[in-house]
Amino acid sequence: MIHKPHVDWFALSPSLSLLAAAGLLLMVAVFTPRRARAAVAAGVGFAGFVTAMVFAIVLDAKSPHVTLLVHDAMFRDRWSALAQIVIAGSGAVAVLLSVGERWREEHVAEYYALLTAAGAGMAFFVQASNLMTLFLGLEWFSIALYVLSAIDIDLVGSLEAGLKYLIVGAVGSATLLFGSALVYGRTGQLSFDKIAAAGHQHDAMLVVGLAMVIAGLMFKSSAAPFHMWTPDAYQGAPTPVTAFMASATKVAALVAAYRVLAVAFPGDMHLWRLAVAVVACVSLAWGNIAALVQRNVKRILAYSSISHAGFMLIAVAAASQLGGRALEYYLIPYAAMSLGAFAVVAARERELGAPVTLENLAGFGWERPFLGIAMWVFMLGFLGFPLTGGFIGKFYVFAAAYDHGYWWLIVAGVVATMISAYYYLGIVRAMYFRESAELQLQPAGGSPPRELVLGLGVLVCLTVTVGSFFAVQPLIDVAKVAAKSLPL
Amino acid sequence: MNDWLTTILLLVPLAGALLVAVLPVSGYRLGSVAALASLVEVAFWITGASRFRFGDPSLQLAQRTPWFSDLNVSYHVGQYAFSVWLVGMTVVVMAACTIYGWWAGRTRPRLYFVLMLLLTAAIVGVFTAQDLLLFYAFFEAMLIPLYVLIGVWGGAGRLRATLTFVVYTVVGSLLMLAAIVAYGLHAGTFDLTQIPQSNSRWLFLGFVIAFAIKAPLFPFHGWLPDAYREAPPEVAAILSGVVSKAGLYGLLRIAIPKFPTVAHDWRVVLLVLASISLVYGSLLAFRAPDFRGVVMYSSLAQSGLIVLGLFAFNDLGYDGAVLQMVNHALISATLFLIAGMVERRTSTGDLRLLGGLARGRPRLATIVLTTGVIALAVPLSSSFAGEFLILAGVFLQRWVWGVIGAVAIVLAAMYMLRAISALLHQKVGSAVPDAALDLRVGELAVVVPLVACLLGLSAWPGLVSDHAFAGQHATEQVKSGLVLTSSPQKAGFYGVTCTVEPCTTLEFSANGTSYFGQVLQR
Repeated sequence: MIHKPHVDWFALSPSLSLLAAAGLLLMVAVFTPRRARAAVAAGVGFAGFVTAMVFAIVLDAKSPHVTLLVHDAMFRDRWSALAQIVIAGSGAVAVLLSVGERWREEHVAEYYALLTAAGAGMAFFVQASNLMTLFLGLEWFSIALYVLSAIDIDLVGSLEAGLKYLIVGAVGSATLLFGSALVYGRTGQLSFDKIAAAGHQHDAMLVVGLAMVIAGLMFKSSAAPFHMWTPDAYQGAPTPVTAFMASATKVAALVAAYRVLAVAFPGDMHLWRLAVAVVACVSLAWGNIAALVQRNVKRILAYSSISHAGFMLIAVAAASQLGGRALEYYLIPYAAMSLGAFAVVAARERELGAPVTLENLAGFGWERPFLGIAMWVFMLGFLGFPLTGGFIGKFYVFAAAYDHGYWWLIVAGVVATMISAYYYLGIVRAMYFRESAELQLQPAGGSPPRELVLGLGVLVCLTVTVGSFFAVQPLIDVAKVAAKSLPL
Repeated sequence: MNDWLTTILLLVPLAGALLVAVLPVSGYRLGSVAALASLVEVAFWITGASRFRFGDPSLQLAQRTPWFSDLNVSYHVGQYAFSVWLVGMTVVVMAACTIYGWWAGRTRPRLYFVLMLLLTAAIVGVFTAQDLLLFYAFFEAMLIPLYVLIGVWGGAGRLRATLTFVVYTVVGSLLMLAAIVAYGLHAGTFDLTQIPQSNSRWLFLGFVIAFAIKAPLFPFHGWLPDAYREAPPEVAAILSGVVSKAGLYGLLRIAIPKFPTVAHDWRVVLLVLASISLVYGSLLAFRAPDFRGVVMYSSLAQSGLIVLGLFAFNDLGYDGAVLQMVNHALISATLFLIAGMVERRTSTGDLRLLGGLARGRPRLATIVLTTGVIALAVPLSSSFAGEFLILAGVFLQRWVWGVIGAVAIVLAAMYMLRAISALLHQKVGSAVPDAALDLRVGELAVVVPLVACLLGLSAWPGLVSDHAFAGQHATEQVKSGLVLTSSPQKAGFYGVTCTVEPCTTLEFSANGTSYFGQVLQR
């Protein structure tokens, strides 16, 4: 007789609703007529993400205490629920960005199915409470993303991007798996809290395992020196996929990393804190310096996402309630800014039919005023300027670092921000200070595509970016109760 | 403790910007909307100033709402007596510059006027914010419109100019952000009226460097030549007239009152830098090849002079510094606008190619001469009053600073007279066409009010210098961190009196008027 564990289906609802959407989309791929397929598929995908978001919001409201589900394999708490809200929201916006993309008709429903499946994997991943579910979730969304990166076979570099991401990502997964095996071998436990309770701090095998777990998770959050795949994958993948990777994957990886470290390895906190702080510094330095010499805008944004991983890792390294609050808050405007910035790039890409570089952004701000202003706001947000949530996010991260006495991390962050001013403002400069006539671009003729759906997506991102500056208090309150779920 | 007036001063330009952004009208009318908004702003400032109790040293017209409570950050705005004058000079100069932009017919008017109005709001915000984080937000927010205003409407070298400008400013303001985080979290609040004084050298330096870059002071002025030369004239007027005052205001509001002991320990460094800026700026102005160069290096010199006044640490110095900030804002805005008007007629500012503009152009000659004479601190002018107070104050700190300041005033006379003569007199320059018109009505409408303000201040400099610190207790107020309320007492520029322990007696006789005062050495 097999004992079936009690399953709290409601707690799994964000993952399940996205999985259901993925299944439905596979049906759509077969049963809808070719003409209507793209629209129906996008609608179903969007509905899936929005449903997941609604479930996550309700879950957040109804999970005041941390509970373990399904034989202690999953968490039900506000830490993961808030991350799921951001992930599902990012997915919904990514669907809006995908609508105008020139997909091959026969694959369009599969594309949305993979997107929702990846979202489901991320929602599952952030709830993981043992090493097995953690790895399962990681592979789940990673495999979906490998395929998504390579899905547009007409796009030069897409296949290369997928392959690079697959190989490097597999190394990351293998590292995580090996690290988990070492931790399990030492403690005999899989659950995070039982690993902590087993109490084998300072044990060499456990520490090596911990280091490999950190490395595996850093691969996914594309923190330097585990970032090698990022620029190529971001550049080569279809832009809506890049947008989704830059926002949702980073949210999932960082939120899960913080949880694993805080719950499973409190005894070795002084070690992983330092390790994460060093990784943060390296990411800040590498991301910002490498971005200075890029001309391709997607590549610039890829390096910028590496440097932002560094910023968010400062919050992880602080390992405190304030740090958790800083991380969960930072993710909200960060996800919005990433999605929005890639959305604008996508718009320009569709207009030109060519990769977007700093040169061919010239005059864009005057030609498409709304997108231009939006891009401007996103860049200032990345830079951490006031009137965007990026400012408050950076401020909270610095506050968390200061709180712990990591003043050198503040210095690193400040220097990194100074450097980043060059390329973020460089994008603004490219859009506004030069006329497109200077470039002698060959206009394809006609007016640019209207892209109302994409415009809607950008508007949502803009609202969140600016709104998170003015409505700090409610968001911080949400992040505060989320951070309370962690034993710090 | 909840007065909407300061908030209204912030909201009027924002509302104007929104209106300009959405109104379905064309270029010329957009300019009129923006000009109207900037004039409404001036009207609201007058309302506020008339309601202000200048005898009361406490924060007034204040409003406070929590912004995010876990770190004790709030939306807190309000004005001290000196802030009223700084806000006043801001709204007046911004109105003049906005109207000049309207008159000059800038291309892409919608974005242009939106940015001008946003800039107005940001600068007013800097002078009224009473929360460190809010102050920082406004301080940074000034940069964005300026960056685009220079980058889009600037001259041929604008790309380089914006780059150096942004690099310098961002470096400074991020140092300040780090200092703010450390200072505010350590104190447990970011409210400037509650935050306790600190004696951390690093925090002080973080703030001072940011302010010294903005002001600018001597080793941090590298961004100045490019930005002032490449910016459109009205933006250069704003930069040197009001934006630079944000840095000086920061010294007066944060660096000195919040770090009194460190400021005292570091005063010699600051005084030396200020003296170098003063002398070096004056020499550069004397050698500058173009009219803008003269005005821009003279603002470097004036920043140095004002810092001398601030770091004199006595009533005379503080009163003089505030008066001189207002004077210089009006003077340098007028001169930059005139530079722009001359450049429109001759398409150059090169002094070798100019000359003889006075002939047949009486209005231009009158305006240039009046402003120039006030700028070189002729006795009975408002800047004479300001510079006298500053020099008297810094003389009490140590006589050598007073001597340096006095030398620099001679230099000021030299460079200003050289510029006036090269512009107006001598033989007609090769770049001056005979058809170059005298100042038009539109241009007069912009500069005459500014010059009128200067003449008014010359007649009554005490309007600002007596009403900047509610009596003569500037030193106590600043020392106490500008938080407490002390008993007000009357003091005046014409006849500086002091009640306690007279140590030095100063007697000045200039132009038939005797300036006499017993001054306290602290």
